[in-house]
Parts: sequence; C-alpha cells; structure tokens
Amino acid sequence: MTDRHFRVWRGDESGGEIRDYDVEVNDGEVVLDIIHRLQATQAPDLACRWNCKAGKCGSCSMEINGKPRLGCMTRMSTFGDDETVTITPLRTFPVIRDLVTDVSFNYVKARETPAFAPPSLAPGDYRMQQVDVERSQEFRKCIECFLCQNTCHVVRDHEENKAAFSGPRYFIRAAELDMHPLDARSDRKEYAQASQGLGYCNITKCCTEVCPEHIKITDNAIIPLKERVVDKRYDPLVWLGRKILRRDQVPGAAPAPVGEGGIPSRGVDGKPLGTPAPAGSSMAPSSTAGVTDVASGLGDGHVRLPEAPPVGADGRMDVAELLATNAGGPSPFGDDQQFPLAQVTYRPPEPDKD
Amino acid sequence: MTERIERHLYDVVVIGAGGAGLRAAIEARLAGKRTAIISKSLFGKAHTVMAEGGAAAAMGNANSRDNWMVHFRDTMRGGKFLNNYRMAELHAKEAPERIWELETYGALFDRTKDGKISQRNFGGHEYPRLAHVGDRTGLEMIRTLQQKIVSLQQEDHAETGDYESRIRVFAETTITELVLSGDRIAGAFGYYRESGQFLLLEAPAVVLATGGVGRSYKVTSNSWEYTGDGHALALRAGATLINMEFLQFHPTGMVWPPSVKGILVTESVRGDGGVLRNSDGKRFMFEYVPDVFRKQYADTEEEADRWYSDPDNNRRPPELLPRDEVARAINSEVKAGRGTKSGGVFLDVSTRMPAEQIVRRLPSMHHQFKELADVDITKEPMEVGPTCHYVMGGVEVDPDTTAALGTVRGLFAAGEVSGGMHGSNRLGGNSLSDLLVFGKRAGEHAAAYVSALDHRPKLRPADVEAATDTALAPLSREGGENPYTLQQDLQAVMGDLVGIIRREGELTDALKRLQELKQRVAKVGAPGGRRYNPAWHLALDLRNMMIVSECTARAALEREESRGGHTREDFPAMSAEWRQVNLVCSLDEAGDVRLDRKALPTMPPELLELFDRGELSKYMTDEELA
Repeated sequence: MTDRHFRVWRGDESGGEIRDYDVEVNDGEVVLDIIHRLQATQAPDLACRWNCKAGKCGSCSMEINGKPRLGCMTRMSTFGDDETVTITPLRTFPVIRDLVTDVSFNYVKARETPAFAPPSLAPGDYRMQQVDVERSQEFRKCIECFLCQNTCHVVRDHEENKAAFSGPRYFIRAAELDMHPLDARSDRKEYAQASQGLGYCNITKCCTEVCPEHIKITDNAIIPLKERVVDKRYDPLVWLGRKILRRDQVPGAAPAPVGEGGIPSRGVDGKPLGTPAPAGSSMAPSSTAGVTDVASGLGDGHVRLPEAPPVGADGRMDVAELLATNAGGPSPFGDDQQFPLAQVTYRPPEPDKD
Repeated sequence: MTERIERHLYDVVVIGAGGAGLRAAIEARLAGKRTAIISKSLFGKAHTVMAEGGAAAAMGNANSRDNWMVHFRDTMRGGKFLNNYRMAELHAKEAPERIWELETYGALFDRTKDGKISQRNFGGHEYPRLAHVGDRTGLEMIRTLQQKIVSLQQEDHAETGDYESRIRVFAETTITELVLSGDRIAGAFGYYRESGQFLLLEAPAVVLATGGVGRSYKVTSNSWEYTGDGHALALRAGATLINMEFLQFHPTGMVWPPSVKGILVTESVRGDGGVLRNSDGKRFMFEYVPDVFRKQYADTEEEADRWYSDPDNNRRPPELLPRDEVARAINSEVKAGRGTKSGGVFLDVSTRMPAEQIVRRLPSMHHQFKELADVDITKEPMEVGPTCHYVMGGVEVDPDTTAALGTVRGLFAAGEVSGGMHGSNRLGGNSLSDLLVFGKRAGEHAAAYVSALDHRPKLRPADVEAATDTALAPLSREGGENPYTLQQDLQAVMGDLVGIIRREGELTDALKRLQELKQRVAKVGAPGGRRYNPAWHLALDLRNMMIVSECTARAALEREESRGGHTREDFPAMSAEWRQVNLVCSLDEAGDVRLDRKALPTMPPELLELFDRGELSKYMTDEELA
C-alpha cells in the first residue's frame, strides 16, 4: 500500500481543470478502483461511468495518460512506481461532468444503421454453419465502449465530420450484417460507402489498437468493406458480366444450390444464394447526408476524400479500362507518376484546425 | 414550489433496460402501446451482459431426448421444490420459442454440425441445454434486444418521421417513486442522472425489470445498479415480496486480485472439464455429493472424466452439482484450512485440455484473467471462491400475467426482480431464458391491462411534490452522513451476518444493526450539485438497499431450515414442512417490513407425475404424498 499521485480532470461543459490528488494504491488494483477510492474519500461528487468492473459492459471509457482505455482494465502495475497518472474524459465527445461525456452521437449513428433484415424463414428454422457465423461473431463481441469512435481522427477534433461519418463501431456493425449468413439485405457495403462515410477512413488502424475486445476492426471489417465496394463497383469482370448478362443471370444470382444439411451454400459475395431481395432497394431511413454531398463543398486543404474512377455519363467506366495496366481505377496521384513520389498533395488532417 | 418537472405520457413504462425490460418493451410496443424504457445506465450496458454461460431452453438440438418436461423437472429439483410450479412450467414450455425468436432479431448463437443452435452442458441440467455464444451469451442477448428496439424505432421513423414516436429509451435515468391513484399505478417519478432534473412519466402500467440486490453485499458479482430498486418500489406501492431469504452465492467468483474480488468465473469452465482442487491438490467435490444427488453423480474420478465424452453411460462429475452445493463445499474447504492464501480454492482447466481449445471455448474467461489478474488459465489454475450473485426472491407475481400481487394494480414484474420462478435456488442458464419468457409476458399483459382500462388513472400533484422533496433532501442536508461509508457499513453487516452460512444469533444482531443503519441513512447527505453527482445517486439508492436488506434478514431469521440459497448452521436439514411455506414481505402503514407465512400453491397431478415417488419423498411430507 502506497500513496500515488493522480491528476484528474474536473469540470463541465463550461470548462474545467486538471486537479491533483494523492491516493492510496494497493496491490492488484486498477484505475477504476482509484477513482472509487477518490469518490469515497476525497471527491464524493466525482462523476464517472462504470458498471460491471470486469471489462464486459464498456462503461468506464476514459483517457489515461492520453490513451483511450477502460478504467477497469488498466492495472496500476502497468505504470512506473512513481509515475503520475493523468485521467481525462474522452476527447471526441462533449463533456457533461468530470469524466462523463455525452456519447449520444453513437446512439444516433446506431439508429441510422439499418437493422438486421430477417429472411423469410420461420423461427427455429434458421440453419447456419459455425464457420459462417464466426465471422460476424467477432464483431458482435463489441462492448460499445466507444473507444474506437473516440480515437478515430476523422471525428476527433473534427466536429464537422460527425454528421457524415458513422465511425468504426458502425462499420463493424455493417460488416457484421454483411457477413451474416441469413441477412436478407444485400446492399450493406454500398450503404456503408454512401451513407456511413466509409470513404473518410484512411485505414490508420487507431481503432483496432484501442479496442479492448481486440476486434480486428480495420483488417476484418473496414478493409473487406472497402475492398468489396471496390470489387462491385469497379471490378472490370463484374462490369463486363453486367454489360453482357442481365442481373439475374450474373453468376451468383443463380438458384440456390443446397449444401450439406439443407444449408444453402454461399454466393460469391458472401450472401446465401436464393435469399429473397428486400422489397425496394432503399435502406432504412437515414437523415444523414451521404459522404459525397458533404465532400462536394470541401475545398483544397481538407482531408482528401477518395476519388471515384473516371466514369461516363452512364456511371460506368469506359471499356478500354479493361485493357489498361491499372485496371480497377487510376492512381490517386495521377497515372504518370514516377515512384517514389516527389510531390505528394495529400495532407493529413490538421489537429488544430478550427 | 419552483421545481420544473418534465412530464411525459406513455401507455407502458418499463423500468430497467436489461434482458427482461427490453423484451417487455418490445412486446408492449408490438401490442401498439406507447412505451418508455428507463435505463439506469447507458442503453445496452445492463447487467445482463455479465451472463456468460447461456440460456436454457429444451430445444433438443444436442440431445433429442430433451423436452420441456425434463427442463421443468430440473428446474424444480434445482429450486428444491419451492418454485412456483406454474412459472417453472411456463418457463420450460416457452423458452425454446423465445430463443428462436432472438434469431429473427439477428442473434448469432454458436451452431451444431447440422446448423442448429448449439447447446452446452450446465450444472443441474440433465441434457446439454444452454444456447450460447462462446462465454458472452448475455452480451449477445442484450445487443440483440437493443438492436431489435432500434429496428422498431426505424420502422416508426419510416412511418411517423420520429424515431421515438412509439418507443423511447430514457438512458441514465433513475426512478425513485411510483405514483399511485388509489390502488392503481398512475406514473413513475425520477431524475436524469446527467442533469439532475426531475421527470414524471404518466402511465397506467409499469413493468419492473430492475434486476437484483447484490450491491448490499461486500463480495458480489453484481454491478452498482443492483440496489434493489424494483423490490423497494414494489413494496412502497403496496406489492409483496417472496423468497427474499434465498440468495445465490455463485461458487466460483474471482478471489485474486483483490480489486476484482467477486467477478464471476462461468460455470462452463466446469461444464467443459474444469475441476476444483484444494491447496493439497485434492479434487474434493467427490466428498460433497448429497444423498439426493448420489444417483446422478459419479463417485470416482475415472467415471467423472469419462462423462465428458460419453455422457449416456457415465454419471456426471460432482463439479457440476447445483451451485449452492458447490459454494458450500468450497466454503467448507476454506474453513478447514485447505484454501488458498486469498481464501479460495483452485479451479483448473490448464491440465485438462490443450491451450488452443481453452482459448476457443472460453475466450472471454481467458481474456479476463489475462487482463485483470495476469493469470494465463491455459497454464495455471484460477483462484475462486463464493460470491453473491443472484437473488431468487422478488416481487410476488401472478405466474401467467406477471402482475404483482398485494394491493396494487397495473404493476408487473419480470426477470430477477420477480420471485417464485426459481424457488430456493436458480439453475445456471435459467436466468437468461426467464428474462425472455416473463419479459414477453410482462409486456404483453401490461399492454392488455392498459387496453382494458376505461380511463387513465390521474395522479395527485401532492404525491409528486412529496417525491421531489424526498429526492432533494440529501442535497440540502449540511454535514450529513457520507453515503459511501453507509454503503460500506451495510455491505459489512450483510456480508458478515446474512451471508452464505447463517446463524440465529448473527441474524438477530444483523437486524439490530440494520435498524441503527436505517436511522443513519435517514440523515445521509450528498455534497455537490445535481449534475451527475454519484454521491447523491448513491444516497437515494441507499434507501432501497436498506429496505430490501431488512426483508432478507427478517426472512432468513424466520426460515428455520437449510434449502438452496439459504443455509442455517443451526438448522442444517431441509424440512418438508417448511417446503409448504413462502415467506411474504410487505410494508405496513408506518413503512416497516411485515413478514407473513403463506402456503405454496399445490402442484397439479399431471406435473407431479413427472417425478418418481421416491424423489418426491425427499422433499414432501407424507400427507402431501398420500
């Protein structure tokens, strides 16, 4: 048992300051224990969310020495013996009081993400293979601590991006439903691109790093979502197929071959074959403007948004694209570049802007 | 009175946003009622996320011999025949439908080879019966129900342009009082935790789904929300509580490190092959098989080990005895000086299966121990001991409608806050299915109750003013008692004197101390303002914790036998006479706890026939059997 030095942010939306406390620390304790001791002994009104204290509910998200972490999962033994521990609220969300922030942004985005669309099967008749459900199960491990949302540089310090950007939590939700063996919708990835702001993400993997559940957000959800969007939109073979065949003749839309145990085998795009398409192609209601609308107003110095390949008036690429060396879309730096690049126009987001 | 109170009109108000509350809300909304969900935490953080093992439902996917009758039998055995038979019957019959329904909401359970929902073994269940998702079934359930509510809101948005037109979640909101009009529910009064502002929800029907009472105990697996709010609200509204003496101490909670003392190690660790050993390295459970269970449990290590691969021809390992037996066994070992340094025993999977298999079958256990205790369960044993986990007692309800008994009308209860379903002891896995079965029934019957009313009960402004004054009192009390100290003192009384093993002298002492504490709680003070002030929140919760603790202590002193979650050292045997009695708590006019005895409902012959006479004779009196 020793006394250790802590610095904790106290205040509300009108402002605040870091205050110093000396608190007793015992063997085997975590940061949340220290907060509880602070409440019981020195600062009874210190506001902090918590619930399970076992890393399962995702309530006690905070920034410890600047790193987004769960208070209950940060052992005091991970710090040096006389290291000062500084605890601040999540930076991306507005402060309510002390360590409690207004995370309603996430619940708004959750509502805008289209829900699971059940197939036309009676309850009890769902059949899925373990290997198929496991991919979605990884994302359903999410405890909604919102550390990924907090750390994502697209919205951290960029209030203006919040309207158009759902954040990693809802990308994995989209990926989860996209990979759900029986989800009846087939436009999850297009929706992620068009209405969730997937394009803003430039795969810096910060979200994966902070995930307390070790979900491979970038590798297993975002990149596959992006790749699949690209596949479908720009894959010249798919394009050619579309050009030649009607949609219902495209391989993958054929009648469902039935696999072992009466389980439909999966189509090329990861969907069970023969699942009825939802009525109407529109996704659930969303008031969020799509990425492209927002991006159209942005000037030069902003975060560079993904560029679409040159397409004709019919929204399709020229057939000559198929024969080009860089089929699938032009380099964002121009096609006549020599590598390494001499002059890069891409600029990372500026932390102090606005 | 200058206090501005936000007012809302609803048909059904569901207090509690765990599994039972969300399921009730879904049902009420599907029945066309305007529904409010009150959540003490953020939406989706409920204590249900902590449930690891699974949800018991006799779907017969893993063993086709399983059916509702076998499940019913197991539930009654687990509860030592003190269960409300009708609740156990409904639960066993309806659980499979409720689980399948979750799949239509998007749940992804683990699968069998032929693509159905996989079912695992669990203590007290004759066949593999628990639908599960690794060891995070509770999280899957809460997320599924949460997402179903979002999808209903999306439907409402498409139709009305407003997500919250028919169902709204009031996150981080606490209800402090139910407001009545005569004997009818008229509304619920509470405050937003964030702002400290008050709100009044006027509604003719309230569903209680507030969970349990574990925060009154020193070592508990429960979160801070478990302060017995629903139990206390029901009592104050004129409802009754039953079985409050029965608390389940989960046999295997973490014992080290101290900061996570109490956190649960799922029973599936034992279901999947984990064994309990004392500090001498002895697998001690074989010595603790009670006579009533001899026939079903192995008496040699060899037979027990064969059971994992060949359950049809071998008896089960004694590690899978019902929880109270395991908890008592661990307690005895530790008391006999064969425990670990931190006062637990060893639970070992590391020597029982390959590391890769452990990580796959128990991922969040592996993760939890690695992160919290720096223990690698694939390499070394865990240190475990009993922790307060679940209260079997709760609001006395009508089994079919879940309507609270007593004098109040329009009040419904589901989940842990209700009593009767689990008798004296709950089987693992029966909680998650209980939430769904009775959550649905509560929502359905609350909606039906509202439809049948010809006018909405009107509440009196004076009642709302009184509730406001009570809620504000701790803030204005200069130099009042520290709520954190009071909570610690209460936890010490309950943990030390009304814990897992009880004695008359200690219980009498506990009641005396609770009276003293009650006086101190009346003088509790909370420094600071109304915005997100945890001291104030705790000060208000303490009132509920006190009243519920008193019920538990009073009932524990009254029941002179040992059964399930109630062990009296001075009355170690189970008594057939006591089996016929429920202890019912209510509040008298002065606000003091009143305890009455009430006869248990008699099981009809067609259900009695499911058991053989020899077994019944262990529980019932000769005249009952005649």
